[in-house]
Amino acid sequence: MSGVNTILGVAGLASAMLLGGCEVGPKITQQTGYRGTGGDQIIDVRHMVKASAIPAPPYALPDDSGPRARETYQNVKVLGDVSTERFNHLMASINQWVAPPEQGCNYCHNPNNMASDEKYTKVVARRMLQMTRQINGKWSSHVKATGVTCYTCHRGNAVPAYKWAIAEGVADPNSIVRNKHGQNTPNVSVGYASLPYDPFATYLNGKAQIRVAASSQYPSPGHVVSIKEAEKSYGLMMHMSTALGVNCTYCHNTQSFRSWTISRPQRVTAYYGIRMVRDINGQYIDSLASVFPAYRKGPHGDPYKVNCQTCHQGQSKPLGGISMLAANPTLKAPPMPTAAPEGGAAGKAVPAVLADPQAMTRRQ
Amino acid sequence: MALLSFERKYRVRGGTLLGGDLFDFWVGPFFVGFFGVTTALFAGLGTALIVYAASLGPTWNIWLISIAPPDLRYGLSLAPLREGGFWQIITICAVGSFVSWALREVEICRKLGIGYHVPAAFGVAIFAYVSLVVIRPMLLGAWGFGFPYGIFSHLDWVSNTGYQYLHFHYNPAHMLAVSFFFTTTLALALHGGLVLSAANPAKNPDGTQGEVRSPEYEDAFFRDTIGYSVGTLGIHRLGLFLALSAGFWSAICIIISGPLWTRGWPEWWSWWLNLPIWS
Repeated sequence: MSGVNTILGVAGLASAMLLGGCEVGPKITQQTGYRGTGGDQIIDVRHMVKASAIPAPPYALPDDSGPRARETYQNVKVLGDVSTERFNHLMASINQWVAPPEQGCNYCHNPNNMASDEKYTKVVARRMLQMTRQINGKWSSHVKATGVTCYTCHRGNAVPAYKWAIAEGVADPNSIVRNKHGQNTPNVSVGYASLPYDPFATYLNGKAQIRVAASSQYPSPGHVVSIKEAEKSYGLMMHMSTALGVNCTYCHNTQSFRSWTISRPQRVTAYYGIRMVRDINGQYIDSLASVFPAYRKGPHGDPYKVNCQTCHQGQSKPLGGISMLAANPTLKAPPMPTAAPEGGAAGKAVPAVLADPQAMTRRQ
Repeated sequence: MALLSFERKYRVRGGTLLGGDLFDFWVGPFFVGFFGVTTALFAGLGTALIVYAASLGPTWNIWLISIAPPDLRYGLSLAPLREGGFWQIITICAVGSFVSWALREVEICRKLGIGYHVPAAFGVAIFAYVSLVVIRPMLLGAWGFGFPYGIFSHLDWVSNTGYQYLHFHYNPAHMLAVSFFFTTTLALALHGGLVLSAANPAKNPDGTQGEVRSPEYEDAFFRDTIGYSVGTLGIHRLGLFLALSAGFWSAICIIISGPLWTRGWPEWWSWWLNLPIWS
């Protein structure tokens, strides 16, 4: 009998170990295709990314009336046509969204000369404001009416939590010793698969197109795609799935990944998203390469760039699809809509200096 | 209907599980039995429903006919016939006919006084099918998780369901199943080749047909080759084990996809990366 008990014990232990790697909790399911096509989302409730709390405005949004920011302050190169009051409101919001609390305004500004560009962070912030307006204006194909604010990526961090730079690589790329050729490494950016783990430089900074499937069923010298190119595009898709907390069938019918007619409309949004990210990285972040200090750059000296995860952070719609634009109309490119000021309590974690924001930016 | 001379010995009464003597007869070479009747009823009704449901569909193209399960919103309840209800009844017919067939095999085994290896093996195939259209849908709470009955459409379902886990080749049970499938074909090829080689010996030097070699020659071949022969009976035990393991782990790999794991399968392996030995 002891032999039987031993076997049962080992089997029980093995089962417990196997189940230890499992998600046994409740699931949420969503059908995303015609019945029976296998287009479904199955989400483990306990693993679902929780909607992050959106910080309350520092204080009620003022009117867009009164003197313009460029009239009040010096060296205002962007948002100069916004009212001084709204400009101040945005500065206070950025203080909440981006600046480390212990530094506050001084993270970007010289407190003795607010107009000075001596801190690199101020130059970056200016460029990022242009970028945000570009996203909300030009890239409504991706961000729709929801739009983005600084908080969509920053979430209270001076540097967004999710970013990428060109991967480190190996000491001697021409040697086969200790050279995994940029793959076969369980990397979170490709969902821990063996796929090439740096699809970003190719697709999110460069202009490479994902054109793996051919338009003809026959081989053609005009359409030769290597297995590694196919795997690299697969790696990018793994990243997109992970970043959005969805599976492949959220956009595709895998009968044909290529065909638009059997894809879901979400794929169109993602298509523009890839191009939006290229625009962000190419036009706005790469242009700051000479501005960022070395410690804000990747191993190859390129600035940290954005990918899908930077905004989405595990949700199919960043911040659960809640728009912060109505409360921050300054970030929407002209023509700027005016939203009713949101009354109510100001955020708790606002530095005392924000009680009088004009004091920070008043001419010295 | 004439019996072959030796068939009297094997066509014996009794051994039935249900129906007593009522269905204990043969039609031509086929034993009927209670479960032969239920097999015919379920299979006939199911096939007729497939044809009828196909006639309501958009095509008679044999590749494109598809009878799909209900939308997920119907959960585990019955759906209208044209919105998945046909699929539900056809599934009942399929499970009924498969199980009836297995029980008919049991009755035949009992008549012959042999073991239940064949119906048990067939039971694993039934388990694999039931896993897809009953067990997993019930665990996930909707019949809509079953696969559609159509030649192309069920392949699309397999593809899409696999991509729900980003990269299905990282599913550990799928790895086992695929390995067992390949090993089954390897073992069958080695076994078939070995038996045929002993049964087709080289000609004698004088040109006459060589003597058929005994199983000891077969054993000797593998002892010489790899130092071990599993033996004439053992190879069949091994073959059954390999084949049933393939089907069993296939069933497991889809049951765990969804009910026990919802993210990409590559990520499941992070338990290995997170072992306290090196993390």
